[in-house]
Amino acid sequence: MATLSCPLPRPATERILLAHGGGGRLTNQLIEDIFLPAFANPSLNSRHDGALIAATGGKLAMTTDTYVVQPLIFPGGTIGDLAVNGTVNDLAMCGARAIALSTGFILEEGLPMEALRHVVASMRDAALAADVPIVTGDTKVVDKGKGDGIFINTTGIGLVVAQHPIGPEQVRAGDVVLVSGDLGAHGIAILSVREGLEFEGTITSDTACLWPAVEALLIAGIQIHCLRDLTRGGLSSALNEIATVAEVRIEIAEALIPVSGVVRGACELLGLDPLYVANEGRFAVFVAPEDAAHALEILRSQTVSKGAVSVGSVHEHRSGIVTVRSRIGGNRVLDMMSGEQLPRIC
Amino acid sequence: MKFLDEYREYGSVHRMAQEIARWTTRPWTIMEVCGGQTYTIVKSGLQELLPLNITLVHGPGCPVCVTPVAIIDRAVATAMLPQVILCSFGDMLRVPGSTQSLLDAKSLGADVRIVYSPLDALQLARSNPAREIVFFAVGFETTAPANAMAVWQAEREGLSNFSMLVSHVLVPPAMEAVLASPQCQVQAFLAAGHACMVTGYEEYLSISDRHKVPIVVTGFEPLDLLEGVLMLVKQLESGSARVENQYTRAVLKEGNLQAQARVVEVFEVTHRAWRGIGEIASSGLRLRERYHRLDAETKFGLQMEAVQESDECIAGLVLQGLKRPYDCPAFRTRCSPDTPLGAPMVSSEGACAAYFHFGRRKSDGDSLVSLATTSN
Repeated sequence: MATLSCPLPRPATERILLAHGGGGRLTNQLIEDIFLPAFANPSLNSRHDGALIAATGGKLAMTTDTYVVQPLIFPGGTIGDLAVNGTVNDLAMCGARAIALSTGFILEEGLPMEALRHVVASMRDAALAADVPIVTGDTKVVDKGKGDGIFINTTGIGLVVAQHPIGPEQVRAGDVVLVSGDLGAHGIAILSVREGLEFEGTITSDTACLWPAVEALLIAGIQIHCLRDLTRGGLSSALNEIATVAEVRIEIAEALIPVSGVVRGACELLGLDPLYVANEGRFAVFVAPEDAAHALEILRSQTVSKGAVSVGSVHEHRSGIVTVRSRIGGNRVLDMMSGEQLPRIC
Repeated sequence: MKFLDEYREYGSVHRMAQEIARWTTRPWTIMEVCGGQTYTIVKSGLQELLPLNITLVHGPGCPVCVTPVAIIDRAVATAMLPQVILCSFGDMLRVPGSTQSLLDAKSLGADVRIVYSPLDALQLARSNPAREIVFFAVGFETTAPANAMAVWQAEREGLSNFSMLVSHVLVPPAMEAVLASPQCQVQAFLAAGHACMVTGYEEYLSISDRHKVPIVVTGFEPLDLLEGVLMLVKQLESGSARVENQYTRAVLKEGNLQAQARVVEVFEVTHRAWRGIGEIASSGLRLRERYHRLDAETKFGLQMEAVQESDECIAGLVLQGLKRPYDCPAFRTRCSPDTPLGAPMVSSEGACAAYFHFGRRKSDGDSLVSLATTSN
């Protein structure tokens, strides 16, 4: 005899379903099971439409960034680390301490819940390390094939701590260019997983919160002229942008650029230039020459910038350019990257 | 890093440069054949270290630059077939065909993938039996053995969904074409070390002999290039013309016999068109008759229209060393790595892209120091 039976309620699923973005029971379950436990703070816990932030008389900085990296989890970090650190670092480059973050998730139908948990846990850890609450958020789910697992947007608000303006327009001839550590590890770490390349010695992403290094410089009373994190396009793009705005020539010496042996080897092998490779935990600092030694000492006292070195200097020049003195003593202009760096044939 | 640092060391490089200056009494024009050598020269600012009367001109040895428009068009059309995954080395993707590049095709939905080795393409064929995997085989003698190996392996495994779009070219016929030009100013060659690693350099003996031109098989690091120049200058100054090997740590006179055997088994010599230069007799490789099953051109039988190359681009003259990239009216204006008119603006090995990225402009004269420190 045929039995009529109601379908059982669907058990807590181990994959993201479209309904997780539908605003109903599953959406709430996602918030309660995954987001709230990870990011818990009074603002978020109140489940209000927005977060209230107490503002003092100071100046606020605000920035937003969207993260679309593949793979979602890579040696040394996840898309979640990048989403927190990247936005906190953009604020730090304005001389601002992050006081609140928002996060928006675009999840692809079918995403394993475990991957989301992993990413959210790394966001929690990164936010704890940066001492910044994630005060509001949003989740949408798109059809399978319409996304790439997880896209994350984070927006950050920061309190400007620096007493003096920081920016490319403050850069002047004579300034010294400091870099906070060895370059290229993030880009090569991602590439090595994406392409299944194996190198002697693992390369892990440098993703990190840069605020402690910036804060230490400010506390020490260093007058910072300009800060720039060396993300997409690497050191080359950062310096070109600054040279263009400041209308100066920035000269760097190839022999002084810090690149680890394994990253250098990978770049040689793949035909890439470490000056164009992305970093997620490195930044450049422009200071007056008389401050350079002190600034280096301060940077080296912080874990995140213990490999800081001076790589070049700023010179008068009508049109903004960056020049490199090669290891053998020749000169060249270091241009912006065109499109993406593509591996050479031979 | 071993095998790199000692060839980029400031002291040795400058001692070698001084030695060149000591030997040079007259102006000499030397062509470095390979794009990889051009890249090192421009990136390290090596020209600045040479005496003013030594001119380096940049030769046709960049595989990306010399691949004809018609083949790029065929690669694009093949990539657009729904069942096809087209695999290519990275820097071929941006090269403009007559209307599109492979990157354009990718943005229109074609499945185009960057691989680091033809054997990766073979692996894709094994793991995607329902798809057609086409490997875009370009390059000089250097990449031919690995490509031959992939064909041989595919045949042995009976992989029916793997094929190759072949546009292989050979270095010596291109050197002969440069020498045959009535306006040729090249007096000596730095030959391409990595191509010679495969082929050896016996074929170069007759070129040197017939044209009375010194040839030095040379490596790719600054010290290699300077030593190659020194060996050429010594020959030029003493009026001799023979083949020498600077790159002894990699190149044997007879080359890599095993690699040659595999290449000969799979490929045969054919006439080949060179972008910007035209057809050069016996200057390329194609698959032998018995491997025709693996020839993507035959397999898909796409009918292609005849195409015209951009008449504004002077790539052909640049590749033959008759013009400098900055002599082109389109250089840095209508032609840049973002919107290349011709292929030498694409690969970082291409002379135009190297000049663009590393800042050689006509107004600099040949010294960037002047650009960097004056003109305020």
